[in-house]
Amino acid sequence: MADLTAARPTLDEIREQYTDHTRRKRLYGGILLAVFVAMMVAGFRTADDRNAGSFGEGFTRIFDYPAEVLAEAAEKAAQLPGHVVHFFPALVETLNIAAASTLVGAVVGTLLSMLATRGMAPWPALIPLFRRISDICRAIPEIVIALVLIFVLGGGPVPAMIAIAIHTAGALGKLFSEVNENASLKPVEGLTSVGASWAQRMALGVLPQVGPNYVSYALLRFEINIRASAILGFVGAGGIGYELKNAMSWGQGRYDEAAAIFLLLFVTIVAVDQLSGLLRDRLTHGAKA
Amino acid sequence: MTTFDTNLTPAELKQEAAQLFLKKRLLSFVLPAAVLAYMAYVFVAFDVAGLWQRASLENARTLVSDSYSYKTHVTRDNRSGAVSVAIEGERKGAYPEGTAPDWVSLGETTVIDLEDGHRVTLGPETIEYVIPGYGTVRATPSRSAGVQAELPAGEVPEWINSSKNRLAITTDAGRLTVTRNRAEVFRYFTGWELFFFTLDSPYYGLGIGELLQRAAGGEAGAILHDVWTNKMWRHQDVAWAIAETLLMAFLGTFGAGLIALPLAFAATRNFMPFAPLRFAMRRLFDFVRGVDSLIWTVVLARAFGPGPLTGALAILVTDTGTFGKIFSEALENVDEKQIEGVASTGAKPAQRYRFGVIPQITPVLLSQLLYFLESNTRSATIIGAITGGGIGLLLTQAIITQKDWEEVAYYITLIILMVMLMDWISGWLRRRLITGETGSAKRKTRAGKAMLLP
Repeated sequence: MADLTAARPTLDEIREQYTDHTRRKRLYGGILLAVFVAMMVAGFRTADDRNAGSFGEGFTRIFDYPAEVLAEAAEKAAQLPGHVVHFFPALVETLNIAAASTLVGAVVGTLLSMLATRGMAPWPALIPLFRRISDICRAIPEIVIALVLIFVLGGGPVPAMIAIAIHTAGALGKLFSEVNENASLKPVEGLTSVGASWAQRMALGVLPQVGPNYVSYALLRFEINIRASAILGFVGAGGIGYELKNAMSWGQGRYDEAAAIFLLLFVTIVAVDQLSGLLRDRLTHGAKA
Repeated sequence: MTTFDTNLTPAELKQEAAQLFLKKRLLSFVLPAAVLAYMAYVFVAFDVAGLWQRASLENARTLVSDSYSYKTHVTRDNRSGAVSVAIEGERKGAYPEGTAPDWVSLGETTVIDLEDGHRVTLGPETIEYVIPGYGTVRATPSRSAGVQAELPAGEVPEWINSSKNRLAITTDAGRLTVTRNRAEVFRYFTGWELFFFTLDSPYYGLGIGELLQRAAGGEAGAILHDVWTNKMWRHQDVAWAIAETLLMAFLGTFGAGLIALPLAFAATRNFMPFAPLRFAMRRLFDFVRGVDSLIWTVVLARAFGPGPLTGALAILVTDTGTFGKIFSEALENVDEKQIEGVASTGAKPAQRYRFGVIPQITPVLLSQLLYFLESNTRSATIIGAITGGGIGLLLTQAIITQKDWEEVAYYITLIILMVMLMDWISGWLRRRLITGETGSAKRKTRAGKAMLLP
């Protein structure tokens, strides 16, 4: 950059260069900001145009529906505990979908991550292949696989579970392999020197190092998967989402059921969030003695 | 955890160690056993055993074969005698009156060549299907007597389904259905037919070389127009749908970031001395995050109706809570010294924030925003399926009709490519904006802890 053979720049020159540099930086920043603002505005207007109801109109009505639901729920407050009990099995199904898919996804993700980490992979040449596999698994939205599987397997929790598990395997595979990259390879070398097989090397040399991080990521995934499985229920995969859809399509008169489902879902998500937050904190920072 | 009590004798120490080992050993058995027991419970609860009976292998087969092949219908109306040929049996894919592909010869008796010796003849009275290795099947439909089928002698194979009013023959070469009112022949081909041009386009059936030649000769606009307005594959609508999905993700993510940033200041210990407001802000973030995006979607869809705006707002509201939490955590970890330094030069509060605080949190902020942009592309697909907007809607519509599996396959491919592209763009931008590197530098250190990314 600096020309060493030239004469020493004077103070004025340095200042000029500096202001020039700053000006250019500001200009770029300004242009970037202007483009961003323009994109936001244009995007908003396009979305508004293509929407059935406009933003200005709908904005005043945001709270109409919650108010209706709440009013009706308050009116029939006595039935609320009954509804909560009634929909509890559906909630359990949603939680089961999330838990089972997290477990399956974590196991597959562990395998994928180990096959895709340099130093651990049994077939180093195939690392890019396994990376792409987990990329693709991660890229597929759950709903795509769920809808196709619902057509083949019929409605129910299994299509949702498989769909979420595939996405989870991809997502965790990527996160786990990042964890793996920071793990020490010395235990693996030690185990190799005593003739351990690949599975033994991974189970005894790598897993104890990365275990807490794995569990922490898996817990996070579990939180996300509860939300995902509730949504998939809405498109026909069973669980609380399905009940919500039914309660909603009945319309007025059944809003107390919808309110009970909203309540169940909200409480569950908050509870699991808090619990897993606590657990993750303990796992990453160690138990507070 | 471990006690360094000097009073312990070696024997006691040994016992303690042995107990610890026993505990660990037990744990390493109990954990997998618990997982297995849980999976067994799920197996029963989900009725996986019963699932195999309910699963429709037939559906799976049509799904797979239809996703890479198409069929052409040749239909004869038995009352008027008119024969029509249409791809996938859709009017949009129908051959113009009196024309047909070269394997169909139209006339008083229409002869359809299904290759490998299979031949169907649609006569004025009788329909004939020559099946090599089996014989010739004749069927005579009539108003009064239904469908009278004449099969070769011997047992009726299971791929022939014959009843009083209907005859259906399914072979590897194609399929023939005869009912009282019409006779229909399907012939299967591999590929996505009419992907670029429909039959009414003058460019249908031309090779790439000729197309390029014509494009060079000034017809490029017309050619592109024909592809763009293709009624069968609806490229225009699909492009719009993808744009809508991306728009939802973009508006939702960055809108949420813009709203969450100022609110996040109010939820931090170091910038908000007034505790009740801080507490209220944090609970607000928790509430917004806890009310799942599903509920927000449902509520907002009521107010705004179906469309991309609803999806964008659903993403925006949910992510405002998440971003509020992440940003306020980042703001609490801000280094006070830089703010003091800026303040010592006589900076006003706004300048202190601009030059003392914002530069410190920009990397975390941007990297989270970009992470979420990618994951919200996926969410937007799902939300679109519920609220009715974007590629998610097209996909659900195509799946609900249960026949356009080639379109489903097309949409799925597009969705995966779209998400991977967004992943790549977001990764590239993260590297560019945060580390300022242009090359594909190995990113070992990650900006901030990405503990909330979905």
